[in-house]
Amino acid sequence: MTLEQILFLVFALIGLGLALASVTMRNLVRSAFALIGCLFAVAALFAMLDASLFVVAQVAVYVGAIATLIVLVVMLTRLEQQERIPQTHRYWPAAALLAAVIVAGVAWGLWQYGFFDQTPPALPAADPIVELGRALVDPEKFLIPFEAVSVLLLSALIGAVLVAGGANKKERTE
Amino acid sequence: MIPLSWYLLFAAALFGIGLYGALARRNAVAILMGIELMLNAVNLNLLAFWRYLAPAQMNGQVFAAVLLAVAAAETAVGLSLVISIYRLRKTVLPEEMDLMRG
Repeated sequence: MTLEQILFLVFALIGLGLALASVTMRNLVRSAFALIGCLFAVAALFAMLDASLFVVAQVAVYVGAIATLIVLVVMLTRLEQQERIPQTHRYWPAAALLAAVIVAGVAWGLWQYGFFDQTPPALPAADPIVELGRALVDPEKFLIPFEAVSVLLLSALIGAVLVAGGANKKERTE
Repeated sequence: MIPLSWYLLFAAALFGIGLYGALARRNAVAILMGIELMLNAVNLNLLAFWRYLAPAQMNGQVFAAVLLAVAAAETAVGLSLVISIYRLRKTVLPEEMDLMRG
């Protein structure tokens, strides 16, 4: 087993453990911190895939977003509610079963398809980040999707402000 | 080198855990966290397929970048909905959000 494989297994185990912790823990603040750790582990796997832009984007976008999430959790959930009421509803075995069936199905499909011994081809000489930047602003390639995404982000931003801030307009004017 | 299937298995497990979190938790914020996990698993799959099957083309990376932006937009809108509902009903539990139940 090479060093790379050992590193992969370490990060994968950390990621899965923290993901499990984040969906099972009662205290949502701890659960959000576990999610942050899990996203960091996934960022490490992105680094092993030579996708350096996404390592930075993962940490900046997701960890920033999740930090906001924690603040919201602290503000929105009453502590006694977290400690007394069960955190899962009564149909949780069905959810667990569905998740297990999907994982088992994907594993079986991988076994059938024979991805188990595929190894990566060598990276082309050009730096992937430079290539990605060129592809994103090239009208022949991905300029239109890139602009569409920016419009989507802008509209989501405005929509979020409108939905979250619009409810108390009456209170403010009173 | 790491076989492709390791990444795919890890992503499948992460997706399963996220799916369980999104389906089984009672708190709307926890449901959003489960959805984040699922989107992350998908992103890992996209990047793994890019690296192993077509590293010379940028399609996979562009797809992953678009997914990242869409996930961010989804989180922003989802959280603003949660805040809005909390203002109206003082709850973040979806089972109590039964305003439209007949």
